[in-house]
Amino acid sequence: MATYSAIAHNFTPPAATTSTQVGAGAMTLIKSITASGDGTVSFVNGSSDVVLDSTYKTYIFKYIDIHPSASNPEFQVGFRDGGSLYDATKTTTYFNTYHNEDEGVDPGTAVGYNGDSDLAQSTGFQTIIQDLGNDNDQAGSGQLWLFNPSNTTFVKHFFGRSQNAHGGDYTQDIYYGGYCNVTAAIDAVQFKFSTGNIDSGTIKMYGIA
Amino acid sequence: MAVYNAIKYNVDYGGFAGALIPIASTTVSSSTATVSFTSGIDSTYKEYFFIFNSIHPSQDNADLSFQVSTDGGSSYGVNITSSAVQAYNFENNSGSFAGYEASIDLAQSTNFQPIGNNTGNDNDQCISGYMTLFNPASTTFVKNFLAITNNANLSDISVNNYHAGYVNSTSAINAIQFKFDGGTIDSGIFQMFGVH
Repeated sequence: MATYSAIAHNFTPPAATTSTQVGAGAMTLIKSITASGDGTVSFVNGSSDVVLDSTYKTYIFKYIDIHPSASNPEFQVGFRDGGSLYDATKTTTYFNTYHNEDEGVDPGTAVGYNGDSDLAQSTGFQTIIQDLGNDNDQAGSGQLWLFNPSNTTFVKHFFGRSQNAHGGDYTQDIYYGGYCNVTAAIDAVQFKFSTGNIDSGTIKMYGIA
Repeated sequence: MAVYNAIKYNVDYGGFAGALIPIASTTVSSSTATVSFTSGIDSTYKEYFFIFNSIHPSQDNADLSFQVSTDGGSSYGVNITSSAVQAYNFENNSGSFAGYEASIDLAQSTNFQPIGNNTGNDNDQCISGYMTLFNPASTTFVKNFLAITNNANLSDISVNNYHAGYVNSTSAINAIQFKFDGGTIDSGIFQMFGVH
């Protein structure tokens, strides 16, 4: 049986050496949402324990094993800059690589810009995974970084990288980035598919002070 | 007297939960030429992580850049060889691109390494992103780095930047400096973390 002496020291102490460092500023898990047939997953400041304000300078969203109900939809993100809509104006880039499971397919591999998934001063949602397959074993994962969303002077930069099983049975590696071209604070972020529901998956929100 | 039930949870794990340990932070609120971290880079961590938030240049067309030091910040200029990939898209939808950008890579150069070029200085324009520097205290290997940023280009273009390379030295790196290639840093937040 474990003794108190053993238990008491059974942890690794913080490496920080000053009182201001200990416990401060680390990457903090703010909220984790597991989807189950949901149309949208939203992280709204002040709602359901979500903090999306100046508490943290940088936010990270990790989307894990996202599985769609529909065939080949786009997994997308939108940002709210006031009001109730996720319609902050954005200019973005999107490029990707892919490799088909069947190397006999031509072209089986490629890398390049994808103009179907970028935005130019658009209020639409930004695609962060294109053509996600909905075979039982297909899913997409990745992470999105959002910088300084509470700032009211500058545009709000974001970027991310996704990996997914495409509906055509190939792997995609996706790189996207851009800015919300608004000076209003971003106070909510929403994820959804272009069509159908999020059958399953987990989205985690972190903050870095 | 404290009881065991209280004591057992009275452990502050610092940044362990997220593996990021804050080391230093510089908030620029008035114009400054450079931001340097001259302490805290040593063998404590195998990985150092820098976040740049809303860095705004005084001058149009500015490249946010970095160099490292092996003498505690007395000088910055160690050989770097690097690669650069960019994607961009005009706000007016007049053009887009993704590919290698040779104008901002380095080949055995002691110049500052750009990590986002041509940022505009309109009131709302800036650059944000992060960079990882691996094992700077090593005296055996080159020092690898990876950086991802997004910036608002002076011509109203969103630019997503991927820079990577190595500091081609087996001397330990113990300081790093950030600056724009022209003008000053008007505002922004630079943070340095150690990663467990």
